Amino acid sequence: MPTSTTEHSIKQFDVDLESLRSRMLQMGGLVESQILAAIDGFYNGNLQALDQVVENDRRVNGFEVSIDNECSHIIARRQPAAGDLRLILGVGKAVTDLERVGDEAKKIAVVSKQIHESGRLQIPRLADIRRAGGIVVGMLRKALDAFARLDAVAAAEVIRDDAAIDEAFRGMMRQLITFMMEDPRTISTAFEIVWVARSLERMGDHSKNVAEQVIYIVKGTDVRHTSFVDVEREASR
Amino acid sequence: MRTAISPGAAEAAPNAGAQLVPKLRVRNLNFYYGSFHALKSITLDVPERKVTAFIGPSGCGKSTLLRTFNRMYSLYPEQRAEGEIMMDGENLVTSKQDVSLIRARIGMVFQKATPFPMSIYDNIAFGVRLFEKLNRGQMDERVEWALKRAALWDEVKSKLGQSGNSLSGGQQQRLCIARSIAIRPEVILLDEPCSALDPISTAKVEELINELKNDYTVLIVTHNMQQAARVSDFTAYMYLGELIEYDATDTIFIKPKHKQTEDYITGRFG
Repeated sequence: MPTSTTEHSIKQFDVDLESLRSRMLQMGGLVESQILAAIDGFYNGNLQALDQVVENDRRVNGFEVSIDNECSHIIARRQPAAGDLRLILGVGKAVTDLERVGDEAKKIAVVSKQIHESGRLQIPRLADIRRAGGIVVGMLRKALDAFARLDAVAAAEVIRDDAAIDEAFRGMMRQLITFMMEDPRTISTAFEIVWVARSLERMGDHSKNVAEQVIYIVKGTDVRHTSFVDVEREASR
Repeated sequence: MRTAISPGAAEAAPNAGAQLVPKLRVRNLNFYYGSFHALKSITLDVPERKVTAFIGPSGCGKSTLLRTFNRMYSLYPEQRAEGEIMMDGENLVTSKQDVSLIRARIGMVFQKATPFPMSIYDNIAFGVRLFEKLNRGQMDERVEWALKRAALWDEVKSKLGQSGNSLSGGQQQRLCIARSIAIRPEVILLDEPCSALDPISTAKVEELINELKNDYTVLIVTHNMQQAARVSDFTAYMYLGELIEYDATDTIFIKPKHKQTEDYITGRFG
């Protein structure tokens, strides 16, 4: 059953849980903006903006630590059960994934900076990076919306979308390999772009993990490592 | 514990597939205090050698239900039960058996420790003498056995002749548990056994409950939900005389099916 919307007899407990939810969403919003900024930087070479992405990752890390701390605090003080317990366990795991998405955004920023600073032969910037970035941001946004609305069906859609990002990653790899075979001078840059593509693919996986936690929070069922058919069935049950 | 649908998870779960044998089968049990309908058509199976906890707000009928299991209500003419509580093929509600024999099989420990005004030794021996003829040596053994089972022996072995009232609250409660197991019951009913105890005594009683379930079927009524979560294998949530939800404790505390249960155990009871 979905987590209860009735208020706790102890009002402070409601305040604690609400704070946890809103901080998780704030962190998600920050991570989302990090991805967008890193991809913009990859295309336009704005080094200052890329440095800002690297700098902002500290804030993402700070969120992870402080949200984990809030979770421990609530467990110790309130002994949460049922939906409350699942919310805390789910948030505790989801923030780890959000932090990793933040790390990947930082990696893209660092690699993009290297590509632009090196002045090496540029290969045509893959339009697919922006497209894949769009999918990833969409997945993450949908996972966070699903979390905010406790919507397991929407969360299941995120898990389905992960196939699209995996497909996009394979497409980018094929293109990059083609570039490298056609002109060995592109190998260095192409390799760096492989890392960018790889980061996007990992972000998709982490967004999927966040969505799985949303299903756990709402339905109480652990859908990790199961088929998509099972996930959809659980989510709509 | 997480409820998982991943095939490997079931294999990894502890005690997966353990066989449960019902010790008490309750069917359509109704209970009345005069004209007040206190238990409404309760149906459940209490598994043997497991701890089953009954939780719910005050007045929900959990203590009433516990009291029907050993016919405690027989003392009061205006109280009556209807329906079935089957134990080993006999309906305890309609049984013509002497209630003291039923109570020898189904022991009870109350919220407030109630040592008899006699020595620690006699507190244990008193009940045993009612049902068994033991010589002094056998009785000594039985007293020691019961006190050891109740994790009290080491604390009282040097003062068995002292009054039971000289013990601390937690020790008195364990003495009452020792007294109830001394006559070797099959089922032990615990009605808020720790509500008057400090955390250390509570922990000792909880540890004892965990030990007891190897040999006995334990039913516990508690207002402390964390205690139910800690000690029980199964939990029943009751409200206004009805059994709302009854399931494995892990399920009740992680993924209850009913909103009423969820609201109660998460502290949303208005």
